[in-house]
Amino acid sequence: MAGLVQRNPRFSKLNDDDVRYFEGILGAKNVVQDEDKLVAANIDWMHKYKGSSRLLLQPKTTEQVSQILKYCDSRSLAVVPQGGNTGLVGGSVPVFDEVIVSLSSMNKIISFDKVSGILVCEAGCILENIISFLDNEGFIMPLDLGAKGSCQIGGNVSTNAGGLRLVRYGSLHGNVLGVEAVLANGTVLDMLKTLRKDNTGYDLKHLFIGSEGSLGIVTKVSILTPPKLSSVNVAFLACKDYSSCQKLLQEAKRKLGEILSAFEFLDGQSMNLVLNHLEGARNPLPTLHDYYVLIETTGSDESSDKQKLEAFLLGSMENELISDGVLAQDINQASSFWHLREGISEALMRAGAVYKYDLSIPVEQMYNLVEEMRSRLGNTANVIGYGHLGDSNLHLNISTPQYDDKILSQIEPFVYEWTSKHRGSISAEHGVGLMKANEIFYSKSGETVQLMASIKNLLDPNHILNPYKVLPRSLIS
Amino acid sequence: MTMKIMVAIKRVVDYAVKIRVNPDKTGVVTQNVKMSMNPFCEIALEEALRIRESGSASEVVAVTIGPSHSVDTLRTGLAMGADRGIHVDYSASLYPLSVAKILTKLVQIENPGLLILGKQAIDDDCNQTGQMIAGLLNWPQGTFASKVVLDKEKQVATVDREVADGIETVCLNLPAVITTDLRLNQPRYATLPNIMKAKSKPIKKFTPEELNVEIKSDLEIVQVTEPPKRKAGVVVSSVDELIDKLKHEANVI
Ligand SMILES: Cc1cc2nc3c(=O)[nH]c(=O)nc-3n(C[C@H](O)[C@H](O)[C@H](O)COP(=O)(O)OP(=O)(O)OC[C@H]3O[C@@H](n4cnc5c(N)ncnc54)[C@H](O)[C@@H]3O)c2cc1C
Repeated sequence: MAGLVQRNPRFSKLNDDDVRYFEGILGAKNVVQDEDKLVAANIDWMHKYKGSSRLLLQPKTTEQVSQILKYCDSRSLAVVPQGGNTGLVGGSVPVFDEVIVSLSSMNKIISFDKVSGILVCEAGCILENIISFLDNEGFIMPLDLGAKGSCQIGGNVSTNAGGLRLVRYGSLHGNVLGVEAVLANGTVLDMLKTLRKDNTGYDLKHLFIGSEGSLGIVTKVSILTPPKLSSVNVAFLACKDYSSCQKLLQEAKRKLGEILSAFEFLDGQSMNLVLNHLEGARNPLPTLHDYYVLIETTGSDESSDKQKLEAFLLGSMENELISDGVLAQDINQASSFWHLREGISEALMRAGAVYKYDLSIPVEQMYNLVEEMRSRLGNTANVIGYGHLGDSNLHLNISTPQYDDKILSQIEPFVYEWTSKHRGSISAEHGVGLMKANEIFYSKSGETVQLMASIKNLLDPNHILNPYKVLPRSLIS
Repeated sequence: MTMKIMVAIKRVVDYAVKIRVNPDKTGVVTQNVKMSMNPFCEIALEEALRIRESGSASEVVAVTIGPSHSVDTLRTGLAMGADRGIHVDYSASLYPLSVAKILTKLVQIENPGLLILGKQAIDDDCNQTGQMIAGLLNWPQGTFASKVVLDKEKQVATVDREVADGIETVCLNLPAVITTDLRLNQPRYATLPNIMKAKSKPIKKFTPEELNVEIKSDLEIVQVTEPPKRKAGVVVSSVDELIDKLKHEANVI
């Protein structure tokens, strides 16, 4: 991938004085040069993007982040902010020799207000740790995703991660109430409000939600968390065709509206892949089907919620929207249904190379792309489709034994052109990263991208933050 | 031959829920907590269903004893495939001997050829009920079953038992009591068609009085407390430091 990009010669090369300077701020222990430790930080989760950074910094405070950036800016040293390194678009690893600034050591929960449900924490808190902290307090995170065991809240905010609960709680642009961020020149922006409403001027925190580390490093976050409700039900369903899945979604929104908390979708090929490659995966249904839907409801009354869901499911079965299905009878069963859906990414990794596309497409047309792709590629690749159907978000994945440029040229730019033609987005939730920086025009107008570049120039005039990513190389060099 | 199998199932705090002790230390918090079928009971029911499906039995009767909400658990059992249910309505605390007496009465009413139970319930971990019933009925018992083979002709059940030093195989003349261990089988899920069917399956209700069982207990719960918290580990920087700590702090070498 980096093959297509040239190292920007304006960036300095790291020298011993730089290292000594960082050791002075952070202490030698938090300045990592060890080859083995650097390997993991240089390679992304998919093992698709690989940088060659020789320095990993682990600041513990906002002040240290500020000092690091100020120095890097003055020395023209390029920087890549890194959270849990679970990003899927090559945004979290260096392209060349950028200094890696890891937020892992900034992992403290700062405060939690039980009345308002507002949590304030450092950016390096691992999502799963926050989830279990909140669980003890009787609250939940408004977002949940398969990478929760490794991804960090700072990374989630920086990618504006969507995930499995968006259909119920909305995006991070709504749930994040405040952000503290450090700009490239070291300026600390304190926007760490804990207010639900605050209309004083431009709401700049939004610039840092989803800008993938290209405008600043997020160091603290305040986020609104909903109370944990006691009744959660999960059903795993089979549908005979895609149009039934779609109709089922419409019905579910009407009939389960106030308790619906997830509506996920996978096709038969995804299911096969999971059953063959994921440990502990077991088909919950007696036979195989072409399409599957996972529905979760969350509410406050176990017996009425269950009654409502059962009535909906049995009704949908009579209308033949559902051809078969199971309803989890305990938490363990619910987790094993979720495991099938959440485990697809991991199963894909085990199956070999994978080309991942994360697209927003109107629900009616969404699956046509999967079918067109399948007929384009024939039997050279396994094309699977799954995703957050409730949010019109398709994960189109193409699994092959190994990466192969011939196959790639069959996929791109076709997939982007198709999405653009249907007025979709080429990145629903994973972001742009390195993978799609030059493709941004498929989803955004020239004027819009130009304004983005102006904002970048304003906040990071030397372009040291996450270079080569997010914006097209033609505008930012 | 139309053998009937009776299966006892219990509603307990879900296996995956983090248990909390109530403030007055008399028990655990069960309000607003997810309740489910005891996992060992699920295995017991699954085994009964498999025996019926293999043709060795004609009917599976699921029984539960507990408050009115226990009917939900019974419905789950019916949705898994039990043919009918019996609910013995009782809201106060129950201990194994009372449960065993109630089940003994029901066995006398229903005359099953086989009574299958979980080896224990995950809430009180007593592991006594199956054994007590076998005693009360004077039936042979195969506890901690990891494999069950039924010989219909000879009226014998061959049961592999998980014991401390391996597997013990016992042959039981029917009627008999079997209690199930974790590895016996993997229970099925409740499918929608079966959930639908379960709605019209009959559930018979009894009270302990109707069964002539007087519930009393010689047990008194003095206090319920959480297990002591495990202390956080420490990272030692050298082998010498480790040896020093093992010698002087842990006093193990
Ligand atoms: C198994 C799996 C399932 C996933 N499921 C979903 C899903 O359902 N929905 C979804 O939206 N995404 C999903 N993702 C991708 C998702 O983007 C990431 O998992 C997550 O949001 C990134 O968090 P992270 O801490 O790992 O960030 P990283 O991967 O480390 O970084 C991601 C980007 O954010 C930047 N960044 C990280 N931390 C900071 C910071 N503190 N300040 C500034 N910039 C920062 C990085 O430079 C990079 O550009 C999934 C990934 C995996 C592996």
